[in-house]
Amino acid sequence: MGVALIEVQDLSKRYGDTTAVDHLTFAVQPGRITGFLGPNGAGKSTTMRLILGLDRPNSGTATIDGVPYARLREPLRKVGALLEARAVHTGRSAYHHLRCLAQSQGLPRTRVDEVLRLVGLTEVARKRAGGFSLGMGQRLGIAAALLGDPHVLILDEPVNGLDPEGVLWIRNLMKALAGAGKTILVSSHLMSEMAQTADHLVVIGRGKLIADESVEDFIARSSERSVLVRTPQPAQLIKELERVDADVTTADDGALIVRGMAAAEIGEKASAARVVLHELTPQRASLEEAFMELTRESVQYHADSGLSPEQPPIVGSGALAAPAVPAAESEVAE
Amino acid sequence: MTTAATTPPTPPAAPAPATPAESPNTGPSGFAAFPRVVAMEWTKFRTVRSTVYSFLALVIVTLGLAALITWLSVSSWDTLDADRRAAYHRDATGTILSSGIGLGQVAICVLGIMVIASEYSTGMIRASLLAVPKRTPMLAAKGLVFAAVTFVIGEIVSFGAFAIGAPILRSKVRVSLGDHGVLRALIGVGLYLMMLGLFALAVGAIIRHTAGAIIAVIVFVVVLAPLAQLLPGSLGKHVHAYLPTEAGQLVGQSAQGPKDLLSPWQGYGVFCLWTAVLLLAAGWLLKRRDA
Repeated sequence: MGVALIEVQDLSKRYGDTTAVDHLTFAVQPGRITGFLGPNGAGKSTTMRLILGLDRPNSGTATIDGVPYARLREPLRKVGALLEARAVHTGRSAYHHLRCLAQSQGLPRTRVDEVLRLVGLTEVARKRAGGFSLGMGQRLGIAAALLGDPHVLILDEPVNGLDPEGVLWIRNLMKALAGAGKTILVSSHLMSEMAQTADHLVVIGRGKLIADESVEDFIARSSERSVLVRTPQPAQLIKELERVDADVTTADDGALIVRGMAAAEIGEKASAARVVLHELTPQRASLEEAFMELTRESVQYHADSGLSPEQPPIVGSGALAAPAVPAAESEVAE
Repeated sequence: MTTAATTPPTPPAAPAPATPAESPNTGPSGFAAFPRVVAMEWTKFRTVRSTVYSFLALVIVTLGLAALITWLSVSSWDTLDADRRAAYHRDATGTILSSGIGLGQVAICVLGIMVIASEYSTGMIRASLLAVPKRTPMLAAKGLVFAAVTFVIGEIVSFGAFAIGAPILRSKVRVSLGDHGVLRALIGVGLYLMMLGLFALAVGAIIRHTAGAIIAVIVFVVVLAPLAQLLPGSLGKHVHAYLPTEAGQLVGQSAQGPKDLLSPWQGYGVFCLWTAVLLLAAGWLLKRRDA
């Protein structure tokens, strides 16, 4: 249908002198997992709290299906949320926590048992939530989010602090929910985590939008191809390659980094010029590195913004030049 | 989704849907939804230990002290302060009750604060406001549940303390339920405790920290009254008379004291007004502030 389920328009939030969210605009499309990515302190949690009506924005709007969260009549049937900070009274049992939330939405008691079973907390449902481990607390938070069988799920760092088992559980759960047609906005500061689960990415840094595109586009854009070449005759090879407009730089250890030319073509040129090659390795930045480069860029934009105020830092696909690819931790592309 | 999750405890296969999907905005609104919020607050209220402990403290402390202090007064009647003896003669009911309520009411203050401030300290407030994003119905329902329960238990305590204290006092002062002002005073103590609970709830909702709110209530109840009396002339008398708990306590007396400026119901009205203003401020702040 193409109608965005979550729409954030020109959203800003300041806490004192700090701008947590800075004129953010993006939309979350239905039926897929949208990864909400940014370094710690980028404003992800604040944005989610603004969407959920917990904080009041200084400007802009956030709507769910065209309506601000505060105007939803049975909000938990529409939107399920897992916040980063715990939202459970430590003295109340898991069962009663979910029970009171269910009552507020007119949901039957049986639904509480269902979600407890779904997250595997049936055994400890009568125990005080204050005694729960981080993983159990996270499961209880997920249970609360799923209680009203909402179409929209907003999950803030759901895998934070979980053991690998818990991480896998949440990852599979999100995929299952997306498979069942749910719309999921999930935040993380880990690119690798998002690469495994998300279909679409919204990347922010310092409260500003850096990218809003599919994971494939983001990866393609972020990992500009380059080839690492080692040869005992570097000067000769550089001359050959620069004649056909390849961009060659010399790394600290004497290796050459060639951009704008595929490995096979470099090999052919070298062979034709009778240059011996010791190594010819296509490389790309790891996703984590690409993400760090991107968000570092956003910090620079922020610092420079005073110089060119008319130029918005919001960058669509491709407009942000991919940064230099670190030679370390090279990966062989297929 | 195709790869079955091998992780415990349950593979997250397609989650079962809840009750038949209603359209998001066809649920009951406004007043129709309020009973649900009350149900939520009732569950919250009865499922934490502090509720039970606080009411237990109220009952034990009030009944225990009412019995103990009345007994001590009777057994040392001849050496008793003349003012104290006069108080028993003038207002036996109020004197019996206040010996217990004086300390017992602290439990209601603490519980009223905890009911809301603990939501902030634990983070539960976020879950509550996600469920009731209009916010003020949550505060209203909380106040309603807490006030209703406190009123019922307050009346039990009030009549209980009288039932224990009056027979002890019998050898010195005779007082019975039918005497002038006694029934009103007994009902009045329950009303006072109920309003005190709401007063503390409002302060807790405004300050949002248990310790800070307790200090604020103590300042109101314990510190301001003696300070006001230090003010010169009739100004001090008037300020003192209109302080929330000083005014509110009058409804728990069966007879006017010689220095009382307000009648029992006037005093209670002043206390209600204080509480109403604080509750409105709490509701306004709840609506405006970030949770």
